[in-house]
Amino acid sequence: MQHVNKLKPFFENISFEREDNTMIVNFGPQHPSAHGQLRLILELQGEEVIKAVPDVGYLHRGMEKMAENMIYNEFLPTTDRMDYIAATSNNYGFALAVEKLLGIEAPRRAEVIRTMLVELNRIISHLFWLATHALDVGAMSVFLYCFREREFAMDLMEDYCGARLTHSAVRIGGVPLDLPKGWLESLEKFIAHVVPQVAMYEGLLTENRIWKMRLENVGIISEEMAKSWGCSGITLRGSGVKWDLRKEMPYGLYSELDFDVPVSYACDSYGRYLCYMEEIRQSAKILTQLITMYKDTSSELMAHAPEYISAPKEQIMTQNYSLMQHFVLVTQGMRPPVGEVYVATESPKGELGYYICSDGTPYPYRIKLRAPSFWHTGILQDLLPGHQLADVVTIIGSLNIVFGEIDR
Amino acid sequence: MRKYTPKSDVQKKSYYNDRFHVTPELPKGDVSNDEVFAKDLETLKANFAIENAYIQRGHLVVFIDAKKNKEIIKFAKVELGYDFLMELSALDYISSRGGFEVFYEMLSTSKHKRMRLKCFVELGEAIESVESIFRSADWAEREMYDMFGIKLKNHPYPKRILMPDDWYDHPLRKTYPLQGDEAAQWYEVDKIFGKEARDIIGAEIRDSAAIDRYDTTRFARLGHEVPYGFDIQKEGEPEHTPLAYQEEDGVKLFGARLITKFDEKESKVLDKRK
Repeated sequence: MQHVNKLKPFFENISFEREDNTMIVNFGPQHPSAHGQLRLILELQGEEVIKAVPDVGYLHRGMEKMAENMIYNEFLPTTDRMDYIAATSNNYGFALAVEKLLGIEAPRRAEVIRTMLVELNRIISHLFWLATHALDVGAMSVFLYCFREREFAMDLMEDYCGARLTHSAVRIGGVPLDLPKGWLESLEKFIAHVVPQVAMYEGLLTENRIWKMRLENVGIISEEMAKSWGCSGITLRGSGVKWDLRKEMPYGLYSELDFDVPVSYACDSYGRYLCYMEEIRQSAKILTQLITMYKDTSSELMAHAPEYISAPKEQIMTQNYSLMQHFVLVTQGMRPPVGEVYVATESPKGELGYYICSDGTPYPYRIKLRAPSFWHTGILQDLLPGHQLADVVTIIGSLNIVFGEIDR
Repeated sequence: MRKYTPKSDVQKKSYYNDRFHVTPELPKGDVSNDEVFAKDLETLKANFAIENAYIQRGHLVVFIDAKKNKEIIKFAKVELGYDFLMELSALDYISSRGGFEVFYEMLSTSKHKRMRLKCFVELGEAIESVESIFRSADWAEREMYDMFGIKLKNHPYPKRILMPDDWYDHPLRKTYPLQGDEAAQWYEVDKIFGKEARDIIGAEIRDSAAIDRYDTTRFARLGHEVPYGFDIQKEGEPEHTPLAYQEEDGVKLFGARLITKFDEKESKVLDKRK
């Protein structure tokens, strides 16, 4: 019974004292391998999971509500806090959605820089995934190696935008800055360094007996299940569906870039691991192409749309009308057309979608953030039953969920 | 006099509106312009009553009857090949139209097309759950209920998902207050210890940056330490207490000295990051 004035845990539909042989275990929200604030309520029969109830919301900050009370430019840094492992992917998705609403396009150089940053973020995210996943499964040294390489990639991000984690390196309509001197050379060096490193990780893990025992045939997501649950990204490709938005519904520069989409038909955690490793290489390949692409672009960085986007700084400082326009855009915000858009991009975690409904005022009427991890967490309730308790950690790891975007 | 703000919409509003400004509208294209969409809409129209349909920014938008949502989504999945339900949520139109607009974002991997099904649900009305067709609707519908309070029929576990179970009201409604009310600062005290404990415990500190240097029960004073509950204002500021928190001759491991003892006098403040 629930007493009004006493603090007592209260769980709906769950009774902890049971007459049968099962045991209820609270996995998280402070479990190191719950990848954030995931609380899993597991019903165990011996070591076997017979029921799993994921409980989310411990990191809920109400971003969609915040978005409705911010002008579009104000909301962009908030998107960093969704998938904070690869912040630029969120910025890019949001910028792309607003650009589609406004009907503008970023200049080519800006698009090249953005794509570079997004792909660099993909590498950062995948390295981070491998590091934590390997650590969960028990491979400590891989964790240290991956973090070293991730650090180099984050240094590159820092050189470009000054931030290491929450970048906000993209703006609506382009990018704020050109690449600093020597950045491309550092990027080339990084690519030359990271590709052999990936081979080294694979040498440590791919044929490793323990790694294979822990990952193979664990967390099998069938094609129907993945489709029904709205899975995307590697969780979907690991289930034998060749669907990468960059390839299938290209946006930005991806139609011009040459890369492969790895697919695994094994449908298990091991297959997903192989996809991740290949994707790092493909991202490195894209980055190499972008370096040559960058060299023949003109120097514009922001789209020219005076109604929505401020003029370049030197113009603001020298021309009266640009200054007035800038003042209005900063204090009141842009007024996009009435209408709604849904723009999805392939973030490192999967399909990251922004649904924006605008009523013509500077504040969006509604923004719905479609975060891939939300569905990848939901699938746990169907996926975990039948697995051993030790496999739970592997499965959570291999789904690559991040709580900033689940709870938003 | 206090400025009047309508209670039906407490969201932030632009402080200035140019009365001559005309906001453009995104063009709503004819569906017959797109071959694939035209075919899909034709099949849909042959089986169900469709209120309105158009293409906006390459995206098919179809307005359907809220009572038929389950049949239409099943039809879209099985017959039209929209094999993903990517997103599902609602928009609050309570003040203007007395209800919600629910949208279903669908994706067809075979056609490479996206379609948005929209339906209008009146306030207090329940909508049929589509969880049996797409499992992804399970959590999405729970979130929709949590955020808007739209009730669901035949959902297996219709429970709040992001907010706590005992939360009052639904945050994404336009009427939801943007700041906490004053009663909320007593919420935890009242709930856990009862109203009579208010004087003893006090209100919740809602300023996350609040620091009280004279509160010796909750704040540490490194370098100026005082006993717990010491009244500084009455007994005066304490003397400087040395920052000694290490073993006398440092930390040793296998006989070798690992950490030397920290000496405050010999420490140096760096003027530049290394």
